[in-house]
Amino acid sequence: MKVLLRNPRRELELTGKRSVNALLASLELARESHLVIRNGTLVPGDAELAADDVVEIRPVISGGC
Amino acid sequence: MVAVGSKCRVCKAPAIIDLPRHNAHFCADHFLELCRRQVVKAIEKFDMLSKDDRVLVAVSGGKDSLAVWDILLELGYQADGLYIGLGIGEYSETSGEFARAFAHERNLRLIEISLRDEYGYDVPTAAKATKRVPCSACGISKRHLFDKAALDGGYTVLVTGHNLDDEAAVLFGNTLRWDVEYLSRQLPVLPARDGFPKKVKPLIRLTEREMAAWCIVRGIDYLVDECPMALGNKHLAYKAALNAIEQESPGSKAAFYLNFLDNMAPLLAGRSAAATHGLQSCGSCGAPTTGDLCAFCRVAEKASAHDPVPVELVLGKGRGRR
Repeated sequence: MKVLLRNPRRELELTGKRSVNALLASLELARESHLVIRNGTLVPGDAELAADDVVEIRPVISGGC
Repeated sequence: MVAVGSKCRVCKAPAIIDLPRHNAHFCADHFLELCRRQVVKAIEKFDMLSKDDRVLVAVSGGKDSLAVWDILLELGYQADGLYIGLGIGEYSETSGEFARAFAHERNLRLIEISLRDEYGYDVPTAAKATKRVPCSACGISKRHLFDKAALDGGYTVLVTGHNLDDEAAVLFGNTLRWDVEYLSRQLPVLPARDGFPKKVKPLIRLTEREMAAWCIVRGIDYLVDECPMALGNKHLAYKAALNAIEQESPGSKAAFYLNFLDNMAPLLAGRSAAATHGLQSCGSCGAPTTGDLCAFCRVAEKASAHDPVPVELVLGKGRGRR
């Protein structure tokens, strides 16, 4: 699957299917500070991502200054 | 494809988000309903707003400020926006575009103030000229201009998009230092007084993950990129620490901050020196201040006399400290 990451913007190509939570864990990203979007729609942590999905992992933390 | 069991707690439709602190999943409609309910609860509990108020929302182009503007309009409040051009290079240019687009698409009034055009400086230059970390120079500038714009425009309440994570992180920092002065002032409502407008934070019951989700579900485009000058500040480190605790014990952030408001803030009422000492008018702009010149005028005086400093030159100066 194609995975778009932000801050900084970059793309990863991963093989095989996995859950959203497993994807975040494999990238060492905290669930509380990220959302996962598949084809423009949010998906929860236990959603299964298919091998041909295009997903964005969006960080949600801001500086709050 | 959504895994079996991942259904909305309310209607059993496929869920779009899991909220561990509520031990529940929600579909889009019921997630939005939850957010609205949390905002109404905050507004009512702390007497933040009435439908007669003229509301000014401080808008940055980020998720929180656009979300709170959107929610308040949905709830029937009269709310205009205020955008301050901080001159932080491309970041500020892009953030302004998101704020303008939101207002334009909804036919809303957005007041714009440019630090560089109207006061002769920008945040990178202020940081360099005053030897302050960028977040400090930025905060002093924004707070002053928020107050001034609200009072000049006849608005009765100024709204900011501070969310539960923001407030919990500030509380965490204040508690680590046992800073009673700041702790006693960390309230979701600051009443109007001595030349200050009433200021409220309707998002204190919602996390930034929930606010980002609100924007995605509502189709609101916002600036996802982080402010380059905030990278590495202590505030972000406190958020990361609290999120590590939240991961192990969902609901901890809400309990930490909301129980502070219920149980601790009343004990600290009246302990603020700024609240109890008399204020005088700034010799330059007339704003209330404890000294002869307010913090904004001191920053503006030094920064406007300084040659403009590109943002790249001050990046990294604030990292690791704040």
